Amino acid sequence: MTIMVNELTYLNETASQTAGPYVHIGLAPKQAGFDIFHKNFTSVLAGPKTKGEKIRIEGQVFDGSGTPLRDVLIEIWQANAAGKYNHPADRQNKPVDKSFRGWGRGCSDFDTGVYAFDTIKPGAVMGRNNRPMAPHVNFWIVARGINIGLSTRMYFSDETAANAKDPVLNLIEWEVRRKTLIAVREARKGQVVYRFDIRLQGPDETVFFDV
Amino acid sequence: MKPTTWPYGEFYQRNRAQHPPALTPAYKTSVLRSPQKSLISLQNSLSEITGPVFSHDELGPLDNDLIMNYAKEGLPIGERIIVHGYVFDENARPVRNALVEVWQANAGGRYRHKKDTYIAPIDPNFGGCGRMLTDDDGHYVYRTIKPGPYPWRNYVNDWRPAHIHYSISGTGFAQRLITQMYFEGDPLIATCPILRSIPTESAVRQLIAPLDRNAGVQLDSLAYRFDIVLRGSRATWFENPVLSEGAMARE
Repeated sequence: MTIMVNELTYLNETASQTAGPYVHIGLAPKQAGFDIFHKNFTSVLAGPKTKGEKIRIEGQVFDGSGTPLRDVLIEIWQANAAGKYNHPADRQNKPVDKSFRGWGRGCSDFDTGVYAFDTIKPGAVMGRNNRPMAPHVNFWIVARGINIGLSTRMYFSDETAANAKDPVLNLIEWEVRRKTLIAVREARKGQVVYRFDIRLQGPDETVFFDV
Repeated sequence: MKPTTWPYGEFYQRNRAQHPPALTPAYKTSVLRSPQKSLISLQNSLSEITGPVFSHDELGPLDNDLIMNYAKEGLPIGERIIVHGYVFDENARPVRNALVEVWQANAGGRYRHKKDTYIAPIDPNFGGCGRMLTDDDGHYVYRTIKPGPYPWRNYVNDWRPAHIHYSISGTGFAQRLITQMYFEGDPLIATCPILRSIPTESAVRQLIAPLDRNAGVQLDSLAYRFDIVLRGSRATWFENPVLSEGAMARE
């Protein structure tokens, strides 16, 4: 006789579906072309009181033909200038910056495909097993034709020493692919801009993570 | 270390067999937008288990009432419905204060969007979006008009079943999810290339909201029930490398 065991009663995560071409209606209605909410979630993370170096992150997301996506929606999540996430699970002994949630939502421009976030450069956060992570910004990318949101990280080109020791970058076996996660710093009319292009396919396909 | 109910831990590995793969050729747009290299598997750090926290003062009083939140000179046309449900994690615990955002076409299947050029008219009294936070039981509710099906250019005679788009933000950024809710009894469900991108029958069924006669308002609105499950997290029964030592406050 076969003895059956009791089944474990975990629920199954709800399946993902594409955000579709009209994602802006729900998540960025102003971009869809109308006004409905009093307060909107935006791509501006840093306010006048936010501590840290003010930066702009901008770039494009390219498909397998090299064409920029003009309907992509991106969310970013990052630590503050001290390297602390504004969240109760972050128990590092570092200050929270009350003027900085660390989260933003932006869309690519309907004509150019350029997205941009105005934020501050994050500090380093402690990683697993007490190995510090280099400063980075977490990205989540959805669009028509993307069946499940893509997760990646953006690192900073001026953090060479920290990047070399970063436990996540070092997980990427192919060193040549690590550079796909490093945004290039440039100065533009007194503003610091990090250019971060994302490639969904091709020889320079961005590294995406299963988090 | 004694068991704790502290609700933040590493998320369970995502079961990708329940999700559509990146490349689903019958949904043509996925062909050039699907990464071709393997995802790099990452154990969670603070970057994944934390995420944005939202508050009620960021939302307006009509944000979960799509019948009223864009009504200009009258009410929107269509079937009045209530949609409600619970947001759970895989441990069947309620996810509190989750941000649930919804968007949809109007009763004729037309979106209020610059890029939608379908022949069905815009409803001057319908915006088509709403948002809410789950309560302490993980419950959410909104009122709306049942969206219509509409044609889309994939194969030339493809039609989307009536659906409402959902975006859910839980406690951690790695729980972030976008999905779509469908309606019980819709004959277009069986042939939708987007819905059929999901590999298992049970995961498809989980996206179809049953009619919930008890939750409606008599002589006013029918109701549909749609529960959502986000990734569950590991309890911190043992030393957790994400949260221990240097990653914790030196209290």
